[in-house]
Amino acid sequence: MKDMNASDPLLKVRDLKVWFSIKRDGAMPWTPHDTLKAVDGVDFELMPGETLGIVGESGCGKSTLARAIMRMVPAEAGTVMWLGDDLLSISKRQMNAHRKEMQMIFQDPLASLNPRMTIGQIVAEPLKTHFPNLKDKEVKQRVREVLDRVGILPNMINRYPHEFSGGQCQRIGIARALVVKPKMIICDEPVSALDVSIQAQVINLLMELQEEMGLSLIFIAHDLSVVKHISTRVMVLYLGNVMEISESDQLYRAPGHPYTEALISAVPIPDPKAEASKEVMLLDADLPSPLNPPSGCVFRTRCPHAKDICAQEKPMLTDRGNGQQVACHLR
Amino acid sequence: MVAALLHGDKMFNFILRRIAVAIPTLIILLIASFWLMQTAPGGPFTSERPLPAQVLANIEAKYGLDQPIYKQLWDYVVGIVTQFDFGPSYKYKDRSVNDIIAQGFPVTLTYGVISFVLAIIVGGILGMAAAIRQNSWLDYFAVGVTIGAQVLPNFVMAPILILIFTLWLGWLPGGGWNGGQWENIIMPVIALSTSYMASIARLTRSSMLEVLRSNFIRTARAKGLPDRTIIFRHALKPALLPVISYLGPAFVGMVTGSFIIDAIFGTGGIGYFYVNSAFNRDYAVMMGLTILLGSMTILFNMVVDILYAWIDPKIRL
Repeated sequence: MKDMNASDPLLKVRDLKVWFSIKRDGAMPWTPHDTLKAVDGVDFELMPGETLGIVGESGCGKSTLARAIMRMVPAEAGTVMWLGDDLLSISKRQMNAHRKEMQMIFQDPLASLNPRMTIGQIVAEPLKTHFPNLKDKEVKQRVREVLDRVGILPNMINRYPHEFSGGQCQRIGIARALVVKPKMIICDEPVSALDVSIQAQVINLLMELQEEMGLSLIFIAHDLSVVKHISTRVMVLYLGNVMEISESDQLYRAPGHPYTEALISAVPIPDPKAEASKEVMLLDADLPSPLNPPSGCVFRTRCPHAKDICAQEKPMLTDRGNGQQVACHLR
Repeated sequence: MVAALLHGDKMFNFILRRIAVAIPTLIILLIASFWLMQTAPGGPFTSERPLPAQVLANIEAKYGLDQPIYKQLWDYVVGIVTQFDFGPSYKYKDRSVNDIIAQGFPVTLTYGVISFVLAIIVGGILGMAAAIRQNSWLDYFAVGVTIGAQVLPNFVMAPILILIFTLWLGWLPGGGWNGGQWENIIMPVIALSTSYMASIARLTRSSMLEVLRSNFIRTARAKGLPDRTIIFRHALKPALLPVISYLGPAFVGMVTGSFIIDAIFGTGGIGYFYVNSAFNRDYAVMMGLTILLGSMTILFNMVVDILYAWIDPKIRL
């Protein structure tokens, strides 16, 4: 690291690969399964108190990456260093001890809450699981505090999820994640199912909480303006590969990778005149199948600047100075 | 527990309302079956060798069959309401319908309840295990066995059981009830419960698979809960919803008797009487058993609704 005074990263992911074995339609029992490389060699770091945005098209491996870090899907290779332990190689019991330090919130807020439990039970459950020695009174106290913090009134504690609105449900989800006082929360598209006004509420809440508690956030989204608002740094994924990681401002001002450029040019501008006159960089062709990704640079089939070398050699993620890392032969 | 969860009052109201609906349902059932039965040509005393007209008229007069149908129906209902008397059997002389039910129903109830419990336990565990270990050999085994069990009718299975356990191995008696000795219960229970067990296993498996893929199970995993907690606290109850709606009718089906079981194993349950009463035009026995079956169907559908409300807070009684 360049700056030796900065604290060590909370999370350090190296060469993480998540492969799924897929049975082809109509395949015979003896034909070998195809390999879907959902995440194919991802490196990144997460600093304490930082927000890392992850953007990319549907199916580019954003959610899979998040789940592999939490060990909710098995990884094929790589390391996930968390406070000195490699999460991928420690035992299940050691992993359980770390689980209270990292929590997740999800896209569909209502469906993500067990419809048969009251919100009090939902929020208390992680606490009871990870801190089995707490007395009932302390659990109740903590649940009340955390629900109060996200703006759910104490008299609602015995209600069921379906009695709440989407925004309220997401705040309950956040309370559920916060109750064990985690160091990191992975937000997997937490606002894409919500109205814009509610989106702002939830995002501001997340940012406030982050400041209060020194949380690190991984914020997965496909809405670039939301990501820009909340993130310190942004990582761009394409077909399970990292295209670019850079400071949020830098990324939007001067995107380093042609793919990032295309993504950013597609963000609508909230001004009809500017919007009408802006040039959108359209990409040719469709997203290639992750079952059969292009050789070399995975983006080359849709890249307007592709050269011969792009088909032959996979570009490495290299530092361009000022913290901008780009995986492209041409820049 | 159920009552406590639903607040006693609401529960009581619900049951009251259901009973209020059940009574007209039963009356309609009674009138319709009484009328259908009587309009079918023939009667309990018609046979290949016709009785002399005078004798027939005398017998019919004795049982009141010469009366107009509404009068018969009225007398029948009055008998039930005032004396709980479901009338005499026309076929078994000197025995009332009450006698026949009192004799046959405990038998049916015994092997029916045992079959039901066995089907739930074996089917439920098999289905859950198959879902949790989806695409493992256990899953393939469970799916294979349950398909086999579902397509094997019990009138085929029962003789095979007798062939194996009575004729070849000589372990179990080939039939009879014998006051409900366990040797006499085993084969009827296996023959009756197998297909129900298979249905329960398949239902449990598919609904469990669906629930295990749902978002709130993903949340439970993200909370870092142990697998056991995820399955028993979060997944089991919702996975049981479709199973429970199947269990109500299944329970009624099992305890109201199976003609095949009674006929092949000679157990003497009400299933046997039911079918024979239809052949013999034994009006009163048929009516009595129809009312019994109808009331049980209504009762257990109500039980299913109560269980539903217990499992799913979104359902209001």
